[in-house]
Amino acid sequence: MKPSTQHDPGQAKSARYSAAGDEFLFVELSEAMNLEAFFRGVSITSRLAERKIPGVTEICPANASYQVRYDPDRLPLARLIETLEQIDAEVLGQQVQRLETRVVEVPVLYNDPWTHETLMRFRDRHQDPSGTDLEYAARINGFASVDGFIEAHSASPWFVSMVGFVAGLPFMYQMVPRERQIEVPKYVRPRTDTPKQTVGYGGCFSCIYSVRGAGGYQMFGVTPMPIYDPSGRQPHIDDSMIYFRPGDIVKHRPVDRSEYDAMVAAAEAGRFRPKTAPFVFDLDEYREAPEAVARRVEEVLNEH
Amino acid sequence: MSIEVIKPGLATSVQDAGRAGHYHLGIPPSGAMDQFAMRSANLLLGNAEDAAVLECALMGPELRFTQACRIATGGAEMVPKIDGQAHPNFEVLEVPAGSVLSFDFVRAGARLYLAVEGGIDVPERLGSRSTYTLGALGGYEGRPLKAGDVLPIGQPNTGTRAAVGRRLPEAFVPRFAKHYELRVVPGLYDHLLEEETRERFYQEDWSVASEADRIGYRFKGGTPLRFIEREPPFGAGDDPSNIVDACYPIGSIQVPAGSEPIILHRDAVSGGGYAMVGTVISADMDLVGQIQPHQKVRFVEVSLEQALDARKAYAERLQALRVALGQALGDARDQALGQALD
Repeated sequence: MKPSTQHDPGQAKSARYSAAGDEFLFVELSEAMNLEAFFRGVSITSRLAERKIPGVTEICPANASYQVRYDPDRLPLARLIETLEQIDAEVLGQQVQRLETRVVEVPVLYNDPWTHETLMRFRDRHQDPSGTDLEYAARINGFASVDGFIEAHSASPWFVSMVGFVAGLPFMYQMVPRERQIEVPKYVRPRTDTPKQTVGYGGCFSCIYSVRGAGGYQMFGVTPMPIYDPSGRQPHIDDSMIYFRPGDIVKHRPVDRSEYDAMVAAAEAGRFRPKTAPFVFDLDEYREAPEAVARRVEEVLNEH
Repeated sequence: MSIEVIKPGLATSVQDAGRAGHYHLGIPPSGAMDQFAMRSANLLLGNAEDAAVLECALMGPELRFTQACRIATGGAEMVPKIDGQAHPNFEVLEVPAGSVLSFDFVRAGARLYLAVEGGIDVPERLGSRSTYTLGALGGYEGRPLKAGDVLPIGQPNTGTRAAVGRRLPEAFVPRFAKHYELRVVPGLYDHLLEEETRERFYQEDWSVASEADRIGYRFKGGTPLRFIEREPPFGAGDDPSNIVDACYPIGSIQVPAGSEPIILHRDAVSGGGYAMVGTVISADMDLVGQIQPHQKVRFVEVSLEQALDARKAYAERLQALRVALGQALGDARDQALGQALD
């Protein structure tokens, strides 16, 4: 990461520190989701990790907030907050403009039979029992067709802004101006079932469910790409068992059923390799020309 | 040496002290919900205090031991029976080779910890043998036990082996009630609550709902909480109880749509979009795992200073347990290590 001294005029500089019991500190950087708050959180938490402060036991960046677990017997809360305020001032003073990261292509079978079967089973928990999740999401976001909606979901890249909920699930925030952000409410009542590797959507976040289980996000499709590997069989996933990290850049690519089936077979044989390449994200470049960044993501993946 | 599972009980899983350092990727600590009870059973038996045990919720398992083995229980009271013969809780027992260990109905508490000499020897995953069911990780094949499972047992530490009949000192035998107080540090998003609601939350009884497990404990029976009406922040979702998805502290209390508070426990989902209104203090988390469905709870507001005092008292009680059971050495080593790192 390369620091620069340029200030962001639109940056809200407040942070809200809240003690969560005697072992956690919760820090809200912004009530609303925005790329600046995410960037600030990633910058603070990565600097905190670099300092290796005795008593700091877990550092969890999130979308527009972060959380630190600490041992109060070794590090009093006041000292932890003081340290974080200092790091935050550094970050705000020398806004990290660039993030050295990677881009990852995630193949998606939209409108697949498995999420379709599941969403039909839980229709009574949905805002619109008469249609599918995709039809509903397309309509309320002003798209004339589901195809147009899928195009919007897959054309522009996404930042992995948080990893969690269950093991390795990435929350993703799309790199498009606010007026083009897709927004969809969660189910009225959460489902008790979601297929593994479902591509879901709630609020302004897309996600990939890492395991089968309960969920409240709308369901748009499935990816054949394993993202959580407790059995250690997938060559693209390291000993952490988890593929994604906050700061990864994701590009969804629609695939058809035959390509999906071939990829599932490859993954089952431990031969699946995601398309990925190193990438340097520049916040200023993105602010000036988001389309150029999206094109560069595409180019980097195609060169690969 | 091994244990065959004849009947698994209601929800029996392998647990230990848990795995730290993976919560930022969505992998929660897991481990025994009542850590003190787990440690008391292990120490009584002469095991390392964090050896893997079986956590048995509400209804115990039925197990056949292929070889003679010493055992001890901690936590909830469920009378252990060896080949149908009742024996005391909180005491070192010997199960003869080929015998069947079963349990009577739960009399008090919700989770019994069954320690066996040498510990349950499933492989460590990410530094722990604990079962994380949602992630199919750790424990026995990443799940609660099923009939037919065969559990490996580790080598007993013959140097610290406890005599049959050794009893947990009375001061450390848990005292369960039917009504509990859980101490809570308020905060997080409780400013989104209407003031009257916030006050009433701490004044009413809440009873444990049937959805109470290792992920979280859900409560019913209190007046639903009202969130202040507001324009939802971008990305949060429509309900006034929604926030932009954030991390969930272990012990935090969320109130989806204001209706039923949920305390997240050691298999917590690591984040999500529901406002949290406070956090149960670390010293009371063991107790949460011992509350039965339908029992009543009062949330008691405390300051961080009070939480730290309770934490200190908990640590002192654990140390007293180690001294009483003759294994204080481990902690002296931990303290030396802690000082070296500072």
